[in-house]
Amino acid sequence: MQDIEFVMADKNNIINELTENEYKYGFTTDIDTDIIPKGLNESIIRLISEKKEEPEWMLEYRLKAFEYWKTLKMPDWAHLNIPPIDYQDIIYYAAPRTAPKYKSMDEVDPQLKETFDKLGIPLEEQMRLSGVAVDAVMDSISVKTTFQDTLAEKGIVFCSMSEAIKNHPELVRKYLGSVVPYTDNFYAALNTAVFSDGSFCYIPKGVRCPMELSTYFRINAAGTGQFERTLIVADEGAYVSYLEGCTAPMRDENQLHAAVVEIVVMKDAEVKYSTVQNWYPGDKEGRGGVYNFVTKRGICKGDNARLSWTQVETGSAITWKYPSCVLAGDNSFGEFYSVALTNNFQQADTGTKMIHLGRNTRSRIVSKGISAGRSQNSYRGLVRVAAKAENARNYSQCDSLLIGDKCGAHTFPYMDVKNTSAIVEHEATTSKISDDQLMYCNQRGISTEDAVGLIVNGYAKEVLNKLPMEFAVEAQRLLSISLEGSVG
Amino acid sequence: MQKEIILNVEDLRASVEGKEILQGINFKVAAGEVHAIMGPNGSGKSTFASVLAGNPKYDHISGKAEYMGKDILDMSIEDRAREGLFLGFQYPVEIPGVSMSNFMRLAVNEQRKYRGEEPLTAAQFLKLMRERAAVVELDAKLMNRAVNSGFSGGEKKRNEIFQMAMLQPKLALLDETDSGLDIDALRIVATGVNNLRSEENGIVLITHYQRLLDYIVPDYVHVLYKGRIIYSGDKELSLKLEKEGYDWLIKEYESK
Repeated sequence: MQDIEFVMADKNNIINELTENEYKYGFTTDIDTDIIPKGLNESIIRLISEKKEEPEWMLEYRLKAFEYWKTLKMPDWAHLNIPPIDYQDIIYYAAPRTAPKYKSMDEVDPQLKETFDKLGIPLEEQMRLSGVAVDAVMDSISVKTTFQDTLAEKGIVFCSMSEAIKNHPELVRKYLGSVVPYTDNFYAALNTAVFSDGSFCYIPKGVRCPMELSTYFRINAAGTGQFERTLIVADEGAYVSYLEGCTAPMRDENQLHAAVVEIVVMKDAEVKYSTVQNWYPGDKEGRGGVYNFVTKRGICKGDNARLSWTQVETGSAITWKYPSCVLAGDNSFGEFYSVALTNNFQQADTGTKMIHLGRNTRSRIVSKGISAGRSQNSYRGLVRVAAKAENARNYSQCDSLLIGDKCGAHTFPYMDVKNTSAIVEHEATTSKISDDQLMYCNQRGISTEDAVGLIVNGYAKEVLNKLPMEFAVEAQRLLSISLEGSVG
Repeated sequence: MQKEIILNVEDLRASVEGKEILQGINFKVAAGEVHAIMGPNGSGKSTFASVLAGNPKYDHISGKAEYMGKDILDMSIEDRAREGLFLGFQYPVEIPGVSMSNFMRLAVNEQRKYRGEEPLTAAQFLKLMRERAAVVELDAKLMNRAVNSGFSGGEKKRNEIFQMAMLQPKLALLDETDSGLDIDALRIVATGVNNLRSEENGIVLITHYQRLLDYIVPDYVHVLYKGRIIYSGDKELSLKLEKEGYDWLIKEYESK
């Protein structure tokens, strides 16, 4: 155990990373991009569907969602201060023109490869060393899918959403919108109408996916909104661990990101979904940055199903995100592990919903908020126990760590319990990094900035430990980088 | 041959929240020496150690403190530490979630970096850590626990000496490292310190009790009172203080 921890600390190399001051991933790759005009109307949606060569049923579904969206207003209940968004001033579709799929890495646009290298995710290395199949999403279109052959042998489908719509229409039609219908909320409706691409994953009965599946997201084309759509289905007794990571280039104007992720977990199946989110947070004065309004939800449909969300959120100017579990099957289990870090003028309103419907369902929530600068960080969580959910159990732990005295941490736990046999626990703590702790570290030769990184990573460890190793390393580094200049 | 002077403090005055605690301290430590600083509660012993280490709570009023010929009062806390000044804390603070081994590894490598040395690899560090933990009979399992979290009083103090053993300071200020220790733990801590004692370094023991000095025999014993060193002697002084208390010294001092 010891040695593993050291290896991680080695890779992690917090110290060197701290010499950086600006957003590390702030660059734009100059690749030809296929862009449609600004604005949102029926003909734009038809154009998107046409460009993607979609079947008629998909277009109809999009149009229905659009009609419904027009009747909705942006939600305003979150503890967020969102500037007005002109939805007609957004470009809803951009695809790299180098679009066709490549058979080998040699065929991939060298500039694109370079971009991934800058992000620290060389595809080759990913393929060779880590055994991770990568469905790399650049802007909106899936550029490179790896390991598909290995996966295909086991009957696993892992491809872009566009391909799934063409090649596996029966699966897509059955499950798309079954967990997050377009009527769910404003952004879900918008996403359904205009989603560009995303990932689709189906694990057949009894199959354990032999590798971590991952998708890297990036915003690239100027002024492009990103509307990713992800659907994961784990059939009876199946298992999959799915990783999602985002970094975005620096940009002045605000960018809207409204993704939808749906997960279906059948009887005895298990899905782990991990996210490291590092969209551009805006500059030190709060200018620019990504608006991240995401709907993520999974359903434990069958008995004994398990669903686990783990997220490390360090980016975005504004985050509105509540990865949730609907525990429908008896004995099913939902987990939510979260680290949300805000600095400068960032705002985050994030948490989870655990909806207990089946008997003996259990859920666990561990939320670690870290606020620095002038940021506002809110945890919002709902635990609902339905009348028929006998013996439901929930444990929630919400911790807040404050750095400095100009930031805010807020906790909004909601409980709605309709069954008297339920046990719902909630614990919350708020702490500050103490001067004595910093003095102790300083006296051993550790600078204040390193000490803060060390303490914050320690505070978040319970969540970081839930991440797959390579992600944990990246996440640790991100936490330190994101706090640069927040003390002293 | 003249011994190397590690610490030279002249007429040092310092205050906390406007209250002057150190009222003109003169104090010198040469290589190879062990000094004990004793004195009644509130005389400024811990403040003296904190000011030397650089605790920002205290304000320097006047006087100087030179460490290895350099003015340390303008140096950051971490640079003083990297220069080889170590403070064994009276109340070691807990840092939840940060393992002792990660903490120490960062500390050791930061100090190595400062000296222009390569960082230790994981394997080298582990070996060093096991070796040095043995010096204070500290269970290596504690290294996987969070810094001082859930450590017993004795473990915390032994942990301070362990860190001293890891960092090999030129000057160690040990602030009441003996308080709260039972007789076995005291012996272990004292043995640890004695093992680290050398002709190259200096050690300053701040203590209330003669007991510790039975194990670590000091070259000099000083009595601090109202922010000044009012009397200095050798080992015999501590024995006399043990028997007769500070009253006779204080009376003598006040009458001057």
